[in-house]
Amino acid sequence: MTTAPLTRRKAPVSLIAIFVTIVLLAAAPFWASRGTLNMLMEALAFLALAQMWNLLAGYTGLISVGQQAWVGLGGYLFFALAMFSGLPLLIALPVAALLSGLIAFPIGWIAFRLQGAYFAIGTWVIAEVFRLIAAQFSALGGGSGISLSIDVVKSLATSRGARDMVMYYIAFGLGIGSVMIVWLMLRSKWGLAFTAIRDSEPASESIGIRIRRVKFMVYVATAASTALTGGFIFLQKLRITPDAAFSVNEWSAFIIFIVVIGGIGSIEGPILGVILFFTLRSFAADWGSWYLITLGALAIGVMLVDRQGMWSILKSRGVPVLFKTTRWFEP
Amino acid sequence: MEWVNVLIQGVLLGGLYALFAAGLSLMFGVMRFVNIAHGDFIVLAAYLMLSFVTFMGWHPALGIVAVVLVMGTIGYLGQRILLNRVLGKDILPPILVTFGLSIILQNGMMEVFSADSRRVSSGALDVASISLPGDLAIGAMPLLMFVVALGVLAGLHVLFFHTALGRLLRATSDDAEMVPLMGGNKAHVFALATMIASGVVAVAGIMLAMKTNFDPSAGPSRLLFAFEAVIIGGLGSLWGTLAGGVVLGVAQVVGAQIDAGFQILAGHLVFLLILVVRPQGLFARMKG
Repeated sequence: MTTAPLTRRKAPVSLIAIFVTIVLLAAAPFWASRGTLNMLMEALAFLALAQMWNLLAGYTGLISVGQQAWVGLGGYLFFALAMFSGLPLLIALPVAALLSGLIAFPIGWIAFRLQGAYFAIGTWVIAEVFRLIAAQFSALGGGSGISLSIDVVKSLATSRGARDMVMYYIAFGLGIGSVMIVWLMLRSKWGLAFTAIRDSEPASESIGIRIRRVKFMVYVATAASTALTGGFIFLQKLRITPDAAFSVNEWSAFIIFIVVIGGIGSIEGPILGVILFFTLRSFAADWGSWYLITLGALAIGVMLVDRQGMWSILKSRGVPVLFKTTRWFEP
Repeated sequence: MEWVNVLIQGVLLGGLYALFAAGLSLMFGVMRFVNIAHGDFIVLAAYLMLSFVTFMGWHPALGIVAVVLVMGTIGYLGQRILLNRVLGKDILPPILVTFGLSIILQNGMMEVFSADSRRVSSGALDVASISLPGDLAIGAMPLLMFVVALGVLAGLHVLFFHTALGRLLRATSDDAEMVPLMGGNKAHVFALATMIASGVVAVAGIMLAMKTNFDPSAGPSRLLFAFEAVIIGGLGSLWGTLAGGVVLGVAQVVGAQIDAGFQILAGHLVFLLILVVRPQGLFARMKG
């Protein structure tokens, strides 16, 4: 039996679609209004967070309700570095993510003592601990938070237009980068391991995958990239408070609903979910609590009807797969 | 003497946490299922008590019975109609469904009761206290709660180990797949377990309503306290949840004594410490 190369049935169409979307998004600062640009930035940051949660939950089965720990930690470390270390902002951002990744080692070691649903709640406790500790740091504004000073912000670029441009391309890099990295990862040896773990843990262990180690590395890697996105989100907001940084609604509920409604365990699912989420939000601006109630009900509905979400429904209606990750074996 | 007082307060607070934890522990024990909306159901029970007693003017005793009945019914039907459909080998659906329920409950209660923080007054009982020799005073309310917690745990103990239903629940806990083969109805047993757990949740919610101010967003932190008490006590151990609740209560009260902002953090840190030192909890009976 030989392994055939990754086959590309209908691949040209999907590749063209991906290419056109990337070009349109890359050119956004030249065609979009400031409002649209801000919305795109937010959507791209959410896409990055959603891809990371999906990698964690959809492929390695680690369901976390505490990813806000890493969004907030990334934001706080970034603010601390930007204000006190004198590092340029564009360096402080990855350094904050790297530090968060290092912190994820001991934190993950503790969280991994819990399994399944208890792991989920355990990650939530850890996020709460981060929030309460952040509120104790008076140098970072304690419970009421802190803003980035004008001088620090201006070091990014002096004019507002140029700043918008720099920030947009960071968001672009995060959103598109997260999709591409997950895609490349899933097509690699690691991807085979993830998919095997997702499909059957005992079977994957029996063919020599060190499940615990793979899961742990994925946990640390997603923590670092979630922190990178978190740093950017608060650079865009220019202000950070413990409640906003470690918000379970914003960084877990929304992200989880996006992935689940869009389709967990696929690359297209989170993309679809982000599009749905932002479309629904533009209609639901004045729904208040009903917006969250609707999202919660949709997520429950997905779990009852089809656990693979909207993407699976579309796929079964003949919509071609955009990001090929499956291999075909020819006897 | 001040520290003895603090310690007593912590132990009594632990009784409330044990009540929070008992329902969570029971559902996990029978169905290997964790209800992320557990805290929000406690708050829902608190709002039901508020509605019956404060808004509709019922007698508190009638209110308590009504809340327990309503919550038990919600629990039975919710398990049969919704949760039984998503329980299975895959742990994702039950987590997501209950997480969705949690968000729906929080925002639904926000719509109905507004974000104002509320409390159910218990009259003179609120401020009554019992003086002990050596400058010690025990509040009547915390003491009553502790006694109620002991009573509920004792009731669950009798139910589990001395009744036919308890035998069925323990059998389901040991091997749920075998229950139908022995002539039991798994869906019905699961629903009964949730019904009992919801009754305990109702009592916990009533206690919450009478002890402190609560608002629609108070659920998640109640879930975390319940969860911590379960893990500290050890999975599957009924009396372990009492020990877990007491450890957590004492940690929080001692933390508050050091610095007012340190109360909740101290509880979380003691929980994480125990997770590192003794991950199976103090009195473990089963594996996660």
